[in-house]
Amino acid sequence: MNPVTFSRRDVLLMLASAAFLPAVASAASALPGDSFYRLNPRLTDQDGHPFELASLQGGPVLVSMFYSSCEMVCPVLFETIKQTVRSLPAAMGDRIRILMVTFDPERDTVAVLKETAQKHGCDKQWTLVRGSDANVRQIAAALGVQYRRLSSGEFNHSASVLLLDAQGRIAMRSGSLGAVDPLLVSALRQAS
Amino acid sequence: MTMNRSPQYPGGARRTPLASRIVGVAIGLALMHPGTRAAAADYVALPGGDFTSVLPQGSVPGVATPVRIAPFQLRVTPVSAGEFRDFVVAHPQWQRGQAPSIFADVRYLDDWPAPDRIDSSAGGAQRPVTNVSWFAAEAFCDTEHARLPTWLEWEYAASADETRHDARDDPAWRRRILRWYERPASAALPPVGGPANAYGVRDLHGVVWEWVDDFNALFIAGDSRTQGDPDLLKFCGAGAISIVDRDSYAVLMRIALLSSLGAADTTRSLGFRCARPLEASKP
Repeated sequence: MNPVTFSRRDVLLMLASAAFLPAVASAASALPGDSFYRLNPRLTDQDGHPFELASLQGGPVLVSMFYSSCEMVCPVLFETIKQTVRSLPAAMGDRIRILMVTFDPERDTVAVLKETAQKHGCDKQWTLVRGSDANVRQIAAALGVQYRRLSSGEFNHSASVLLLDAQGRIAMRSGSLGAVDPLLVSALRQAS
Repeated sequence: MTMNRSPQYPGGARRTPLASRIVGVAIGLALMHPGTRAAAADYVALPGGDFTSVLPQGSVPGVATPVRIAPFQLRVTPVSAGEFRDFVVAHPQWQRGQAPSIFADVRYLDDWPAPDRIDSSAGGAQRPVTNVSWFAAEAFCDTEHARLPTWLEWEYAASADETRHDARDDPAWRRRILRWYERPASAALPPVGGPANAYGVRDLHGVVWEWVDDFNALFIAGDSRTQGDPDLLKFCGAGAISIVDRDSYAVLMRIALLSSLGAADTTRSLGFRCARPLEASKP
C-alpha cells in the first residue's frame, strides 16, 4: 500500500481551491437568469490563458465578435470601440473591460490573437478570446449575433457592439460603426 | 446553472470510401445515455456528398455553388414529448421554471401540465416536443452524444422523397410539401413516425419546424454589393446570402422562420431532432 503524502504545495493548493470554489458557485447562482455569464464556454485569451466569462462580473463590459483576417468591418469595429471608450472621462473609461470573441478559432490561434491585439493597439482592458466552433456558436446565439462561414473561408456576420451591465445582462446593442454611437456612450455613462 | 457543453462538433468529419457507400442504412445504436432513458433513439447514416443548397454557399451572390457534406447520422424521428420529459426528469435544471431566461423564454414547455409531466392521453407522449429553445435542444442532443444538424445537413436530408434522394425538381413533390404546411396551426400535432424518405428519415416535412445548429447563420441580406452600400458595414464579407432557387417555397419558409428566431425563443410548432458525425457510431 502506498502511503498518501502531501507536499506543502499540495496542501496550499487544496486550501486555495476549497476557498475559491464556493465563491464561484455562489456568484454563479446569484447571477440573474438573463446574464450572459450563465454561459460557461472553454475560452483561451490572447496570452494563452484560460478565460472565464464570469470573471468579467462587477463592471461594465463591451463585447463584440470579429475575425482577424477580416479586412472590411473588423478594423472599423476595433477603432469604433476605442473611440467610444476614449470619449468618456478617463476614470470612467478605465473601468470598462472589452471582450472580443473570434468567429474563426481555426485561423485565430493564440499567436494570431496576440498579433491582432498589438496591431489594433489593444491595452490591458481588452481580452481577445477563442473557443471551439460549438462554443463560438453558443456565444453568438446568446448575444444575438448572426454569422456564417463562406466556402472562401471568409465570414459574413452582423457587426454589433453590446454593452453588458455588472451582472452580465445585455444593457444595450449598438449597430453603429465607423462613428461613436452617442446612445452607447450615454448607456456607458449610466453603467459606470 | 451554467452551460458547459463539451465541444463535440465534427468540424471535419472525413468522407471515407466505406462511408460513401452506405446509403440509407438504419443503425440502431446501442449507446446508453448517462442519466436518461435506457431505450436508445434510432439514427440513420446518410452518405453526404456534393449538395446544392437553396442558399448560395460561394462568394458570388445568387450563384449556386455545390458544397461537400460529410457523412453523418440523423435521428430518424424528431424528439418526442415523452423523450423530452425523460430528459428534464433526469436533468431538472432544464425544467420549466428552472432553466435561466437566457437559455429559454417564458413559453418554454408551457403546454405541459407540470414541469416534469406531459399530457400522455391520446398519444401525447408520441407527439413531437415543441416549445423548446435552441439551448434546450442542444442540451438534449448532448445526452445522445449528438448535436443539432446543420442547416445544410437538414436541407440535404429533406430533399429526398420516399424513393429519390433529390426530389426537389419535381413540381408534384413541391406541391405536396406545401399542402402539408397548410394544416391549421391550431390542429394537434401528429405523432412522430410518419413514412420514411429514401434515406430512412421520417417527419422532415409536415409535422413540425425544426431547430438547426446554425440557425443564426441564416440571415438574409441584400445582394447588391456596391460601394457605399450601408449593408457593407452591417454585414462583413462580400458574399451575402441571396436565394438561388426561388421556387423552393417550403424550404424558404423554414429559413425565414429560423432566421427570425433568437436562441431562447420557443414556439408551439418548433421542435428538433439531433445529428452526429458518422465516426461517433463506431466503438
